[in-house]
Amino acid sequence: MEFDSFSAFIAMGGHGPYVWACYGVFFVLLSAVMIWSVQSQKAVIEACRRVYETQGAESSGKVSHASATFKRVNVSND
Amino acid sequence: MWKIFHKLGSPKWFFGIATRLMPWFLVLGVGLLMVGIVWGLAFAPRDYLQGNSYRIIFIHVPTAFLAQSAYIMMASAGLVTLVWRMKLADVFVRAVAPVGLVLTFLALFTGAVWGKPTWGTWWVWDARLTSMLILLFLYGGVIALDRAISDEKLAARAVAVLLLVGVVNIPIIKYSVDWWNTLHQTATFTLTQRPTMPAEMWVPLLLSVLGLYLLFGWLACLRMQTEILRREHRTRWVKEFVMAGRG
Amino acid sequence: MNTGPGVGTFHAMKAVFTRDLKVAFRQRQDLLNPLLFFVIVVTLFPLGVSPEVSFLQEAGAGILWVAALLSVLLSLDHLFRHDFDDGTLEQLVLQPQPLFLLVLAKTLAHWVLTGLPLVLLTPVLGVMVHLNGNSIAVLCLTLLIGTPVLSLIGSIGAALTLGLRSAGVLLSLLIIPLYIPVLIFGTGSVAAATDGASVSAYLALMAAFLALAVTLAPFAAAAALKISLSNG
Repeated sequence: MEFDSFSAFIAMGGHGPYVWACYGVFFVLLSAVMIWSVQSQKAVIEACRRVYETQGAESSGKVSHASATFKRVNVSND
Repeated sequence: MWKIFHKLGSPKWFFGIATRLMPWFLVLGVGLLMVGIVWGLAFAPRDYLQGNSYRIIFIHVPTAFLAQSAYIMMASAGLVTLVWRMKLADVFVRAVAPVGLVLTFLALFTGAVWGKPTWGTWWVWDARLTSMLILLFLYGGVIALDRAISDEKLAARAVAVLLLVGVVNIPIIKYSVDWWNTLHQTATFTLTQRPTMPAEMWVPLLLSVLGLYLLFGWLACLRMQTEILRREHRTRWVKEFVMAGRG
Repeated sequence: MNTGPGVGTFHAMKAVFTRDLKVAFRQRQDLLNPLLFFVIVVTLFPLGVSPEVSFLQEAGAGILWVAALLSVLLSLDHLFRHDFDDGTLEQLVLQPQPLFLLVLAKTLAHWVLTGLPLVLLTPVLGVMVHLNGNSIAVLCLTLLIGTPVLSLIGSIGAALTLGLRSAGVLLSLLIIPLYIPVLIFGTGSVAAATDGASVSAYLALMAAFLALAVTLAPFAAAAALKISLSNG
């Protein structure tokens, strides 16, 4: 171990803010990209699933039957 | 031998390979990166000139190397797109470009922050940082052009042309910025690694570099899989994959 | 236009070149804009920073080079756009003559209309920024060699962004990294001349850039044109 104590480790001989800012930004951005990529894949899979399900519903016979009904209306010719 | 090329052209084949490789990339990548960083932060000796601020090197160098390598990989993929019209090459470029951009930004940021205790200012127009800034523009251009063209195949080819023109330029840029910097250099230190780095310093550096490359491999596989799913969503194998709930 | 299956390649190139010149002279604003911009930018620097002779002598070459670069960048839009809008560009792509040569002819015309006037205007502006005679001569020479390179590299960017919505901003983003080496050596030559050092090495390097650009850029621009046209 290069440093005598944990507080010395954090202080980094006065260069602490620079070193920790760098490592902090590095970890934050890297984790963000990794998480974003995982979420993207999940979102695409979910979107595909929804498309397939609506396609499946349409083709499995739940087609709305268009029917015309005629009701006789008495119109007086008077 | 040509069978390999045929397979390489198949998004479905790649998807399977990626699924198998990804756990290894992730575990080894994170592992090596953590070992390298912890070693570098806590166990490596302090530098006699720069004190403890030099420890930024353990993330600056990996991000800088990878940012440059990723661009060259993308340019090679661009060549494949133009010559062999392989879908996977297009997928690679689109998947990796944002990662490259983030890496370049990290290299710039860590480089600049390292500069403050070393030279006293936040930004220095030295050859390394200036070249990195230009690389940032190159990545930005690729991403912007890809987004501006709606047709996927044409976007891939336009981006490929841009990548090839850019890669021809990278050695020219490097040479001219180096030359320009020696002409104007006022700083007494440079960020170049001294060739005689003790093992306690370059071993953790090597581990961090390897770790980040493996992690990049994981990210590339993951993002390529996503792009493949998006492009191939009309095929049966994607349908079966998604509906089987393995996603 | 004198192109078509029966026409030789050189005649086709000449036809494209002369047509571009004729069309440009009929729409003079495209010619004047870059020149005006050049003069304005160079004028703004002493006003905005400092009219001190020492500052202008040190910064003058750089200011003129940057202004010239920006003027060329501004003018790249009309390299292909007018022909794209009225369908002439598609006709050009369909010609039997090699497209990269026709593109080279168009780019040459663009340089004659944009870069060359800038070079001719440079001595006047050079005097305004207090550069000495030798520096002005070297500056003109580097601009003479450098502006064609800017037009050639710019033609690639113009072809790639043809017909896209945010073409102007995108073009600048794509082209600037490629312009930077030309700028560095262009101004470096003048700095060397001011110090009294030999400039032959710099000029040779600039000439090498020109040779590289003339041989490679038309191919890239032609490929990009074909891609952009199948998009539109």
